[in-house]
Amino acid sequence: MSLTLEMSYRDALQKSMLEEMDKNADVFLMGEDIGRYEGTFKVTKGLFPKYGHRRVIDTPITEAGFAGIATGAAMAGLRPIVEFMTMSFSILALDQIINHTAKIHYMTNGEVKCPIVFRGPGGAAKQLSAQHSHSMEGWFAHVPGLKVVAPATPADIYGMLKTAVADDNPVILYENPGLYTIKGTVPDDPNYHVPFGKAQILREGKDISLIGYSRMTHINLAAAELLAKDGIDAEVVDVRSLLPLDAETIYKSVRKTHRAVVVYEDWRSGGFGAEIAARIGEDCFDDLDAPVARVGGLNVPMPYARVLELECIPDEKDVVAAVHKQR
Amino acid sequence: MAKQAEKKNLELPAELERYYRDMLFIRHFEEKCNMAYRQGKAGGYMHVYIGMEALAVGWMHTIRKGHDYVITAYRDHAHALLLGTDPVAVMAEIMGRKAGTAGGKGGSMHIYDPKHGMYGGWGIVGGHIPLGAGLAFASRYRGDDRVTLNFLGDGAANQGVVYETLNMAALYSLPCIFIIENNEFAMGTRLEYHASDPELWKRGLPFNIKCERIDGMDVLQMKKDAERIVDWVRKEGKPYLVEIMTYRFSGHGAADNDRQLYRTKEEELENLKRDPIKKLEQVLIDRNIANEEKLEAIDAEIQEAVDKIYAEADASPFPDVDEVYDNIYSDMTPEKGH
Repeated sequence: MSLTLEMSYRDALQKSMLEEMDKNADVFLMGEDIGRYEGTFKVTKGLFPKYGHRRVIDTPITEAGFAGIATGAAMAGLRPIVEFMTMSFSILALDQIINHTAKIHYMTNGEVKCPIVFRGPGGAAKQLSAQHSHSMEGWFAHVPGLKVVAPATPADIYGMLKTAVADDNPVILYENPGLYTIKGTVPDDPNYHVPFGKAQILREGKDISLIGYSRMTHINLAAAELLAKDGIDAEVVDVRSLLPLDAETIYKSVRKTHRAVVVYEDWRSGGFGAEIAARIGEDCFDDLDAPVARVGGLNVPMPYARVLELECIPDEKDVVAAVHKQR
Repeated sequence: MAKQAEKKNLELPAELERYYRDMLFIRHFEEKCNMAYRQGKAGGYMHVYIGMEALAVGWMHTIRKGHDYVITAYRDHAHALLLGTDPVAVMAEIMGRKAGTAGGKGGSMHIYDPKHGMYGGWGIVGGHIPLGAGLAFASRYRGDDRVTLNFLGDGAANQGVVYETLNMAALYSLPCIFIIENNEFAMGTRLEYHASDPELWKRGLPFNIKCERIDGMDVLQMKKDAERIVDWVRKEGKPYLVEIMTYRFSGHGAADNDRQLYRTKEEELENLKRDPIKKLEQVLIDRNIANEEKLEAIDAEIQEAVDKIYAEADASPFPDVDEVYDNIYSDMTPEKGH
C-alpha cells in the first residue's frame, strides 16, 4: 500500500513539476515572473533557487513570443512547461498555439513531435474583472492536435502534470485560481500518473448526473450535499479530461440516472459544456427522462463589483435550481 | 577592392559549377511547379523562388546540412531541395501525393524534413520566427554548436511576434540568424508602402543584435557573406540579423496572375538584368570554366532531371482517404465523423 500525503492543489502541482525536472534534464519551465518572483500564484515557488535561470526561465511579457520559442524548443526534442500567468493572457499566444503548436504533428505527418505543456489558471479569481477572468478551455478543446485536461483535485493535478510532461503531444493543463488552496490526499509516489481520457465518479448517486470539471466539480459536490437534504441522490461526474473526452463514463452515468446537468464556468453559450450536452443528447436520447440541462457562466464580460461577479459564476444554488427545474 | 577581387577568384571550378547547377535546378523545378499549378496538378497557395536562387544556395552551401536548423515561411521548396530532401518527395507533396514529404497533408507551403534539418515550411507570415528561435534555444540549452537559419520575408519583418522574438533571441543569447529575404514586395505591397523605414536591416539595432544589409543576387558574394556570418554566430553563440536584397521574378504566388497591379513591366525587365543565374554564367565563361555549349548541355541535363522528378511524382498515388485521421496526435485520434 502506497502512502499518501495531505497537501494543497498548489503544492501538489509544484511537487509534481519539481519531480519531473529531477527526472528529466530536458524538462524546463518558462513564463512570466515564474523564477525570481516565484509566480503570481506562487506555483513555481522554490524552483528557481533549485534549478536556476537555465531551467526556470523568466520571460519578457510577450506571450506569443515565448509560446513560440517553447514550441520550437519542443520541436527540437526538449520538454517545456510553459506557464501563462492567467489563461486570459494565452489569447495573445493563440496564433502560436492553434496555428503552429497544434498543427506540427499533422502537417509533418508525424515527422516532428511537439511535447509541450501550457498551463495556468483560467476562469475567475476574485474581482479581476473583464480581461483577467476568461475560461479558455473550450477554445482549446475545439482544436484537433491539442489535448486539454482540467483536474479538480490535488491528486489529479499531481498525476496529470506528470502525464502531460510524458506526452509527446501539446497539452493544455487547465487550472483555476480557486483551486490552488484546496487540500486533498496525494499519493507519495513520484511515478504516479493519471491517464488522460478517463472521467471519474466522485460521488455515486442514482437520481441525476452532475457533470463538470475543474472547480465546478467542487460546486457539483456541494450541490449534491444540498440535494441530498431534499432526498435527491446525485451522482457527480468529474470529466477531468476534455480532449480526449471520456464520453463512455458520462454516458454510463446518464444511462443509470436518466437525467443530466452539465456545469461549466465558461460563458454558457458555446462553452465546452454545450459540447458535452450535445453528445449526451445525440447518444443517450432514449435514456433521458428530461432534456439535458446546462448551467454555465452568464454571457457577460466579467464585472468587477463582487456582487456582480458572483452573479456571473455558477454556484451550488444554481445547480440545485437547475436540478429542481428538471424534475 | 583589389584584395576582394583577388579573393573572388579563389573558388574552385567545381564549386562554381555546383552553385550554377543548384540555382538552375531550383529555377527549373519551380517552373515545373508553376506548370503543375496551371494544369491543376497542384492546388492551394504555391510560392516559387524564381529570381531568388542565389540567396538560398549561398546559405545552404555554408551550413552543416542535417546538423544546423533551417526554418522558413511558405516559399520553401528551394530550402528543402538544397538541404538534400528527395526532390520527388517535395514535388509529390506539392501535388498532394502520399509519397510527399508530409504524405500529402502539408502541400507546397509545408515542406518538412527534420532529418536534413528542414523544419518547415510555415504559412502564417512571421509566425514561425519564434519557432526558429526555439530551435536555437534548444542548441543553447544543450550547449551544442548548431546554428539556426531563420528565414523571413520583408512583409514578415513587420509582424509583432518577430520583435518579441528578436528581444528574446538577444536576451537569451540564441545562435539564430534572422535572414530577411527582401524581395521588395509583401505580396503585392511594395516595400515603401509597408515599411516606415525600408532599411529593414536596422530592425536588429534596438535589440543590440548585429545586423547588416547585403546583396543577394550574386551567389559568390552571398556565399562569402553567409560564411562570415555563420562562423561568427557559431563562435559567439549570439543572434544576427541580415537583410538580403533580392527580387522575385515570378508573382507572389501561383495565383498572382497580374503582377502589373503592383509593378511595371519595365521594372521587371530592369531587374531581370540582375538574374543571379545569368550573372554566374558570365563568371563561368569569363574564367573559362564553361562555354555556351557546356552551359546548354547542363541546362538540358537539369531540365531532363526535373521532367523525370515530375513524372515520378505524378505517377505516385494520392493518399488513402482513411489516412485523414493519421498523425493528428502521436497516440490517439479525436472524435471521428462529421
